Amino acid sequence: MRVAVLASETDFDGWRLAARAFRLAGVAPGEARFVVGEDLQGGLFDAAAGEGESALPDKARPLRVPQAFVDMAHDVVLHRTPDRFDLLYRILWRLQAERDLMRVRSDRDVSDAMDRQRNVSRASHKMKAFVRFRQAFDEEGECWVAWFEPAHRVLARTAPFFANRFTTMRWSILTPDGSCFWDGKAMSFGPPAQASDAPQEDEIEEFWKTYYASTFNPARLKTKTMQGEMPKRYWKNLPEAALIPELVAASAVRTETMVGTPHSEPNARLAKAIFRHNRDGAFEEGFSPSNLDELRHGVQACRRCPLWRDATQGVCGEGPPRAKLMIVGEQPGDHEDLAGRPFVGPAGQLLNDAFREAGIDRDEAFVTNAVKHFKHEPRGKRRLHRTPTTSEVTACRWWLDHERALVRPKVVLTLGSTATLGVLGRKVTVTRERGMPIPLTDGSHALVTVHPAYLLRLPDEAARRREHAVFIQDLKRVRQLL
Amino acid sequence: MAQLDLRKKLSVLADAAKYDASCSSSGTGKRNSIGGKGIGSTEGMGICHAYTPDGRCVSLLKILLTNFCIYDCAYCINRVSSNVQRARFSVQEVVDLTLNFYRRNYIEGLFLSSGIIQSGDYTMEQLVLVAKSLRLDHDFRGYIHLKLIPEADPRLVEEAGLYADRLSANIEVPREEALTRLAPQKDLAVIKKAMGQVRLKVEAAKPQKKDRIKPPKFAPGGQSTQLIVGADGAPDTEILDRSASLYGGYGLRRVYYSAFSPIPDSSAALPLSKPPLMREHRLYQADWLMRFYGFSAPEIGEATTGGMLDLAVDPKLAWALNRRELFPVNVNTADREALLRVPGLGVKSVDRMISVRRYRTLRLEDVARLCRGIDKVRPFITALDWTPGGLTDAVDLRARLTPTVEPVQMSLF
Ligand code: SF4
Repeated sequence: MRVAVLASETDFDGWRLAARAFRLAGVAPGEARFVVGEDLQGGLFDAAAGEGESALPDKARPLRVPQAFVDMAHDVVLHRTPDRFDLLYRILWRLQAERDLMRVRSDRDVSDAMDRQRNVSRASHKMKAFVRFRQAFDEEGECWVAWFEPAHRVLARTAPFFANRFTTMRWSILTPDGSCFWDGKAMSFGPPAQASDAPQEDEIEEFWKTYYASTFNPARLKTKTMQGEMPKRYWKNLPEAALIPELVAASAVRTETMVGTPHSEPNARLAKAIFRHNRDGAFEEGFSPSNLDELRHGVQACRRCPLWRDATQGVCGEGPPRAKLMIVGEQPGDHEDLAGRPFVGPAGQLLNDAFREAGIDRDEAFVTNAVKHFKHEPRGKRRLHRTPTTSEVTACRWWLDHERALVRPKVVLTLGSTATLGVLGRKVTVTRERGMPIPLTDGSHALVTVHPAYLLRLPDEAARRREHAVFIQDLKRVRQLL
Repeated sequence: MAQLDLRKKLSVLADAAKYDASCSSSGTGKRNSIGGKGIGSTEGMGICHAYTPDGRCVSLLKILLTNFCIYDCAYCINRVSSNVQRARFSVQEVVDLTLNFYRRNYIEGLFLSSGIIQSGDYTMEQLVLVAKSLRLDHDFRGYIHLKLIPEADPRLVEEAGLYADRLSANIEVPREEALTRLAPQKDLAVIKKAMGQVRLKVEAAKPQKKDRIKPPKFAPGGQSTQLIVGADGAPDTEILDRSASLYGGYGLRRVYYSAFSPIPDSSAALPLSKPPLMREHRLYQADWLMRFYGFSAPEIGEATTGGMLDLAVDPKLAWALNRRELFPVNVNTADREALLRVPGLGVKSVDRMISVRRYRTLRLEDVARLCRGIDKVRPFITALDWTPGGLTDAVDLRARLTPTVEPVQMSLF
């Protein structure tokens, strides 16, 4: 049996030196033992690892281990189980023959070590959560002191968290393993402490307990979940935990009372308040908008088809109320739906450029859509555009007709087949009817062309250029008609 | 009215806020207080500082600025017609409480909401004042979550986003029809518009490559919302559809589900019964499947009865029992998507399996070490030394995988 003496319970460097020496000397896992300082008992002592170590210069025969092992070992050393050093040594030993061992998380040793690593990081996390500072005063003024008993030896590992968070406070955390002090600039460590070394009260604690008790809903008792997350071992140092028995005991009665109490009479302020704040009247059939503002409000309340349900808002047309040209698109897209304005997305950008190229002032046109609500399908964190059905377009035509009647344009440019359906009330093949004026009953003309989104989607450059040219031609046609 | 002492106010205004399920302080960037004049840090992942006996965590000081409210939403204890005791904090009081609690390491920050007083604008302004004072006067770098008052001026929403890590507006009742009935002054469209505005602002604040100067941060922790379950008769499928639409439309970080729980002084419009906690739990599981496992809302809906998720088994198991033709899956060859659909295998287990199988051929024992419990997994996989045989198609499989004893609430004492 070979024994190495480590300086402290968390002496990672000591373990590493000794383990390396053992490994190079061929000491098998069962033959090596690691003990901490005074724990050492005479009979077991064989040869301190240090001696073997100095006889073998590091660089001559380096031991190669994956970084993942070193990282894990740093954590596992903090675990309270006495055999943690032996376990690590066993893995170190095996790593020399099994290069990929660290990646085999299903291996017994590896998964054992990883479980302990997880325990350690959980203990560190719980320390961040459950340390409770109490206010105190010393010669230099205000300072903050906490007494804490971590599940594993995570004080040094966790202390930087507190330094980052409470940089401008002077604080100390006292634990049975050691103490940590922060003076506003630097961290230092001291010997183990006792609960009585920390202040015993803090007046704000009463407020905290009040809050804790009030924020708990007695109708939803789930004590198992609570205990899973806040294990009992921590309770004695958590001021609020003292309330738990009482809260649990009273909750059944409180819930029964709530459920059993008859509904209360509404108080008198109600009627007045409701009256004052009942803002939007619902949309009703029979209503017909007499100006664009009314139309806009009407669309927000429209339920003529189901599209309103998943959309953010109805998006109505925009532009001079007496525009000579009306441009009708298909429906608002993702951005239009959020912004509440038509053609603010990429297709709108393309449209602007094309208009400039064709010599038409886009600002003089009234821009709108055949369908006012965004039709889409959720796909993860995005929404995929979907083409409205004929019945939806037909339902929404009611609004488009009113919009046209109010604006009274001379030319209506329809972009794509849905838009055309909305204006003409019949399906057309865009490629067949594009570019030629179609007389409408009110004396104006419709002109059919493709939707700019179609141009955006064309994959190859040549086709895009060709189509773009035709599109510009259509727009120039519009200019002649105006 | 006599001036209520501060502790009393705290109890009233924390009590009034406890029905809001969102409590998390996660999702924002990393910050610390080094080099600053104040205190505070965030780590991306929030920390729960305590747990109450209802199993929920305390991460933030979650309070209302006031529980006076001019609205009359039936599900809300603060509705104007309720006879609860009323209280109101001053801006300064909230700021002080937050800092006092934070210094003692009780909390990660503040979650401030409010009843609507005077007007939406006035209320939002008061909420923003608290956040502004914490950030500017006290250089507070902890977490701040502000509730949006949807009808408030967009400029106030914009200001809120400059100081807050997260913004939220609660939809509360999944069915629009019910919302109109239960919350006559609330308007779903107004809430959605406010959420849409937040998404546009969040996107505009993402630094683009071409930007020389980074745009100021806007609600880096994103936005969330809450749906109350069991108050309006909406079945689970409808709730999940609504969530899917909210995630897709507004890039929400979280949709919280809150089992409708009886409130003191309740309104006649609502059921008086214990909150459906199991249903809430199943909805969270289903939501999880949508966000991390590639399930769509309609797919989850396939395995429901009358639109309701199975209460006895989790939604993934319910789905798999319904789609047995897709199983068993070979753990040594199947792709990630297929493994993610195996009941009992989580994202972590699957990723570990994929990494291990590059070096070892997995046996059942290996799989057992990589996941939480092998019982649920076994009928749906094959491994080097394991095939489920007829088990996958066994008629009584569902019964075998359903806990025979209904899990009883364990008592602590
Ligand atoms: S899409 Fe048109 S018809 Fe359908 S709800 Fe919206 S405004 Fe009404």
